[in-house]
Amino acid sequence: MERIPILKMGRYLLVSIQVDMDDRTALALQDDLTAQIVKHRAKGVLVDISSLDVVDSFIGRMLANTAAMARVLDAETVVVGMQPSVAITLVELGLSLKGVRSALNIERGMELLQSVARDTEAETADAADEE
Amino acid sequence: MPQTKSETVPVRSTSEVVMVRHMVRRWAVEIGFSIVEQTKIVTAASELARNMVDYGGGGVVVLEALDDGIRRGLRLTFEDKGPGIADVEQALRDGYTSGGGMGLGLGGARRLSNEFEIRSKPGEGTRVMIARWKGAS
Amino acid sequence: MAESRNDALLQVLRDNEQEILRGWLQLQERDLSLRNNLLRSGELEQQSRDFLAALRGALSAGDTDILTSEAWAPVRELMTSIARSRARQGFTPTETATFVFSLKQPLFTALRAHASGDDLAEQIWSSTLLLDSLGLLVTETYQKGREEVIARQQQELLELSTPVVQLWAGVLALPLIGTLDSARTQVVMESLLQAIVDTGSAIAIIDITGVPVVDTLVAQHLLKTVAAARLMGADCIISGIRPQIAQTIVHLGVEINDVITKATLADAFSIALQRLGLAVVRRTAKAV
Repeated sequence: MERIPILKMGRYLLVSIQVDMDDRTALALQDDLTAQIVKHRAKGVLVDISSLDVVDSFIGRMLANTAAMARVLDAETVVVGMQPSVAITLVELGLSLKGVRSALNIERGMELLQSVARDTEAETADAADEE
Repeated sequence: MPQTKSETVPVRSTSEVVMVRHMVRRWAVEIGFSIVEQTKIVTAASELARNMVDYGGGGVVVLEALDDGIRRGLRLTFEDKGPGIADVEQALRDGYTSGGGMGLGLGGARRLSNEFEIRSKPGEGTRVMIARWKGAS
Repeated sequence: MAESRNDALLQVLRDNEQEILRGWLQLQERDLSLRNNLLRSGELEQQSRDFLAALRGALSAGDTDILTSEAWAPVRELMTSIARSRARQGFTPTETATFVFSLKQPLFTALRAHASGDDLAEQIWSSTLLLDSLGLLVTETYQKGREEVIARQQQELLELSTPVVQLWAGVLALPLIGTLDSARTQVVMESLLQAIVDTGSAIAIIDITGVPVVDTLVAQHLLKTVAAARLMGADCIISGIRPQIAQTIVHLGVEINDVITKATLADAFSIALQRLGLAVVRRTAKAV
């Protein structure tokens, strides 16, 4: 079975999905990703799907579940590069990917992760001040 | 309906669902579907093929290129000999699921197609037919 | 037999070309007197002169197959270019076909001086057949020319209806004007989403100030586009919603809660700048 590579970039993980995944590959990615988040104490995950020309409800659900699991592990997930035709189809399918953040490209996704991290740090600092 | 080309492929595993997606994409491109039209029918095919694998114990998909002189289209028929669906109306409703999915498969496939037809008998199997026409919204 | 008939026609053309041309031009100018603004002076005479010369050339080759033979190719080319230019210039089909049919009278007059009796009838008949098929050719080409004009206009219209513009780095606007049908909305929305990707713009303003009516389907397309843009990582702002359209949207029960709406394009633009962390400030303090 094919495995999707996960790259570490500082405090973030980058996954670039380049192939049309079958269901088992998708589930394996979900397992690998959560394991890597814990291993590297990652603060955020970028999932680049710009090469995907189909996202059906299974892949969509995998993305949403991954984001939810990552959040439990204190990491934010940003899905980047979704193609217009895929977005239109997902809307028609009835899938809103609630809880998943998205960005137009990797650069924007990285900015988004950094701004979320800043907000969290500021909150933590505020909480520390109040103590 | 005049059909210009037809092919039947078996679908028994999720890796064959990927193959169905690729085949449907190739046919949709050949017919001249726009990118959005291609994506819609490929996604609908993926939902229905997975349903067959997950709930019908596998089955076959028949691809047919259509040409009625004015419009060109693609018809896909998914047929399994699985347990069938007792309440089709209920199965079409969003959010209904007997498995672990989100229950968007049937209803979603219907919304992504121009034509949709389902026949199912408990104990005998399920047959779902969808069609899309080039240029139809 | 056919060759000999055309020989007579050729003979007459050779001997009386100036006279035929003069008579023909007079007739054409009379028919087109109201439309003389469509043709430059001299253009008609040049076309007529060229046509007679080409006709003479084709006849002297002795081939009678007007539609396909090599000998008639110059005549066909000339007719095609005349018919096409007239289709573009806005001539009616009748006016265009008249170019050929009005040649009959001066030609027959000349034939009458050349022969009589059965010979004359024969010659007139064969000339009629010849000019009729040329007339049909002209009409058909004219029709094709018009169809090309229509196809081009349809293309232009579709391009006109997708005017995605960049207001600022990262801010796109789609000012919609005119009645939206389901098909057009879909095309427009797809091109907006593509423009969002191409320009990397995180904010898009859909301005519907110029849209008189929005029906259920169009409203749903609009909202689906907003949802699709959000999945891609861009936010849409809808501006310029008229009171009737607001009513439609509410009556339809369309969920619009999480869509940003603004009264005017200017308001939407100012929100967009705010989102980007930009502000517009006056360069010098205004004297109070």
